[in-house]
This record gives sequence, C-alpha cells and structure tokens, in this order.
Amino acid sequence: MRGTQLPLNQTQKVRLQRALQQLESLSSKINSNASVTVADSIPVNYEDGVLKYTSRLLGHGTSELNGEIVATVCGIVERVNKLVYVRALRARYKPEVGDIIVGRVVEVAPKRWRIEINYSQNAVLMLSSMNLPDGIQRRRTAVDELNMRSIFEESDVICAEVRGFQHDGLHLQARSQKYGKLKRGQLLTVPPYLVKRRKQHFHYLEQYGIDVILGCNGFIWVGEHVEATDDMVEEQVSKSEQQTMNSDGILTDMEEQEQVSTPLEIRQYVCRAANAVRVLATLGFIVTIEVIVEIVNLSSSMNLDIHEMLGSEFCVLVTEKEVERRTLTKKKG
Amino acid sequence: MEFVSPEGLRLDGRRPTEMRQIRAELGAVAKADGSAVFEMGNTKVVAAVYGPREVQNRSQQLSDQALVRCEYSMANFSTGDRMRKPKGDRRSTEISLVIRQTMEACIMTHLMPRSQIDIFVQVLQADGGTRSACINAASLALADAGIPMRDLVTSCSSGYLNSTPLLDLNYVEDSAGGPDVTVGILPKLDRVTLLQRIS
Repeated sequence: MRGTQLPLNQTQKVRLQRALQQLESLSSKINSNASVTVADSIPVNYEDGVLKYTSRLLGHGTSELNGEIVATVCGIVERVNKLVYVRALRARYKPEVGDIIVGRVVEVAPKRWRIEINYSQNAVLMLSSMNLPDGIQRRRTAVDELNMRSIFEESDVICAEVRGFQHDGLHLQARSQKYGKLKRGQLLTVPPYLVKRRKQHFHYLEQYGIDVILGCNGFIWVGEHVEATDDMVEEQVSKSEQQTMNSDGILTDMEEQEQVSTPLEIRQYVCRAANAVRVLATLGFIVTIEVIVEIVNLSSSMNLDIHEMLGSEFCVLVTEKEVERRTLTKKKG
Repeated sequence: MEFVSPEGLRLDGRRPTEMRQIRAELGAVAKADGSAVFEMGNTKVVAAVYGPREVQNRSQQLSDQALVRCEYSMANFSTGDRMRKPKGDRRSTEISLVIRQTMEACIMTHLMPRSQIDIFVQVLQADGGTRSACINAASLALADAGIPMRDLVTSCSSGYLNSTPLLDLNYVEDSAGGPDVTVGILPKLDRVTLLQRIS
C-alpha cells in the first residue's frame, strides 16, 4: 500500500480506508511485535545463560555488536531453531535454486547470455545449459556459438530457472520446452515480495487463451498462449505441411499471416490480465493466479473498458473484494 | 548583526540548542529501489537509491564488495536567486564525495560483491544545513531499499555566533561567517563518522 497515489474522491477515500482497516484487522497478529528497523537489537533467549552467543546462528540481516544481535535491515524477525534472521520488508530479488524467473537479455557474450533479473548482478545463461532449437543433445560447436543471436538477442524477454551460484555469478538454465523466449505479450515488473514461491508458476488460462508466468523475481509475463510442443515433432509436421501446400503458394502466405498475428480478443484478455497485475501491484496485494482471474472476471462482468481498470474506482472495488476474499478464507481456516 | 536576542532567542524564534522541525517521508520516487524526502525546517531534500545492481563500468567492479556512488545536486529553484549550474561545480562534487564516504562506512558492502549502489540526492529547498539533511535523507533511502547497514547515520550542523553555540543553522546564520561544523554519528555504535569544519 506504500506510495499509492490514487486520485480519490471523498466516498472512495472513505471506502478504501475502511477496507484497509478491515484488512489490517484480518491479518495475523503473530509476528506483529517482531518488526525491527536498522540498528535495533534483537532480544534472544540465552537458554539459562549456558548457551554462548557464538552457538547461536546469525542469519541474514543481522550482525553482532557487543554480544548483542543487531538488525541490519528493516523487517520482520524470524526464528528457526537457533537461527535468527530478519526478513527485509523491501529489497531486491534474492535468488534461490530452482526459482522460475523471467528476465531480459542485456548482452550476448562468448558462450553465454547475460540476463537482467532484478538482482544485484546480471545472471548468466550458458549456451550449454539450454536446449538447442533442434532439440538434439550434443556438444555445442563453434557454429552454435556464432548462431547464438538466432536463439536470443539483446532485449529479448526470456524465462528460465535458477541453477545456482558459480564462481562467476548466478547461473540459469533452460532445459525444457516451457522455458525460452517469450513473444507476443507484456512484461510487467512488480516488487518481488508480491510474488510468493509456489508449485506452479506457469499458468495457462484456457478460458482466455493466455499464458501468465509469475516470475519469482517480480517480473510477470502475460502473453498469448503458446503450445509447448516438442520441436522435433513440430518440425516434421511443418515440413510435411509445406510439401502439401507448395502446390498453391498463396494459401501458405495466408496461413503464415494467421499464425503470426494474435486475434483481437486474445489481445484484449492479455491487456486485462496485465492491468489486473498492475492494480494488484499498486495496491500492494500478493499476486496470485486466482486473484488475477478473479479481477479479470470482475472487470469483464462489469463491462469495464480495459483502461478503466486502472481507475481509482476499480482499485477501491478490488480492495473491497480482497477483504471479502480474506474474510472467507479466514472463516474456512 | 544580532543573531541571538537578549532574551536568548534566535532570528527564527528558536533557542540556541533547539533544532528545526524535522519531517521524513519514505517512498517518494516510485521507480527507485528506495527513496526518502527529508525536511529540516525549510530545507527539503529528496534522496533516491538504485541498487544493488550490475556495475555499469566493468573496470570499476570490485570483486569483494559493492561500489557506492553518489550524486548531489541542487535544483535550480532551490535557492533565493535561481541557480545557473545545479551540479558539477566544486561544492557539489565535494558534498557528493562526503555523502559517498559517509554512506560507504555504514553500508555492509561486503555482502553485495560485484554490484553497485547509486545514491542520488537533490536539494529542493536550501535553507542551511543541506549537507546534514542530505546525509539523513540518503540514510533513510538506503534503509528503505533494504540494503544492510551497520547503523543509520544521523547528521546535524552547529555553529558559533555572538559567543553562543547554535544548533542546526539556517541560511542566514550559515552565511553570517561564523565557524560551523557538520557532525555525522552512528548512534548505535556510538561513533562519529563525519566531522567537517567550515569557517
């Protein structure tokens, strides 16, 4: 909710305030007293004074000062057994192995691409750690290296998985058909803490024909659905198709055109889903696929234009819906 | 000129050891990783922090710690008569350096190797004590960006006029020609990180 500057009229202001108050009262009170700012000392139980300070593990966001544990970031104190750490309220993305991320290629370097992922360094995607377009497993040759720009170019948006830290930085991999270049859609950037790690980050919304990828780094991709097919099979099919269609060349052209352009309806849904994400980001709500679908449905059921979704009235409405949703889940739980 | 009246009040009605009213606001710059607006009386400063991010100039990259950069500028409209050159002059370069050194001392740079942190501070209204206001604003902006720090730096200036020590000088007192000193401290560590005397 931080830094929201919506042009609200009086009733909207009141409604928003009330909704936010309700949200606050609904949120759990377990950790409410555990928030710290920089240089606050964190109280620790010393287990009858026997346990020396050194045996307590220092986690992220903490440091030692005169036998005290001191926070180095603003955030919430978390404790796991002997480990004490501070979860920062707002920070850049911190990669974990296996995270699915969306990023932008900033540089094509020898045998690797450098990718901007909202981390303190650019990530590295090696040519050897991704599937070749022909789908064959083999050693990468010098020819492959020369053809790297045919796979990804600068400023392409791609999707990959975090492989881990190596001596020269963070490495990514894209060893599956679902990873790779993202086309025909929109990239949205939200604060990374709004995307929670879940089982599924790739979502195909069948009713709209769009794909949504919630990157753990706060980059969200909304685009036309692409069937993740095995390239080898596809190639064979397309080859045979070409042969059949070579007899009448005009049809091939038409068909190709149809392949490239996205239907208006899908474009509209892409924009609606993108605006739903934007609304959630401005309000500071966690971005999940269920909420996105709910907002898209709400907007289309109200017959709102796409641009009207970013208006203050709709934002207030989404906040009120969120209150309803959380009250329901709380009752259930 | 009389800077302290016989009743012991300064030109703006403060006691000699009284500070001006301070106000701080976080999150003023939407696209920055962290930002803050800091006001000390009529002095108003905005600070924005970008990073830790990839180092722009590869040759400056440090393999064991983060690179901290700082740029100080004054808005054209910040002073009484419009400024011609808001940045790049000797004074701005010097203040940039001072802020950079002060912040670098409190950021735990070793936790973010091979990255860079940019701090941009701009004076929106100048009424004395811009140096300390900038340090306070930068400190808040860094905390807002979630960058690990040893402590929050706090800073204030003080001077000596009419045989009275004065805290937090405003523009009139600052330009009176008396000695003044800017102090920056780390309250938790109980250390002084900045001590600048300008006479």
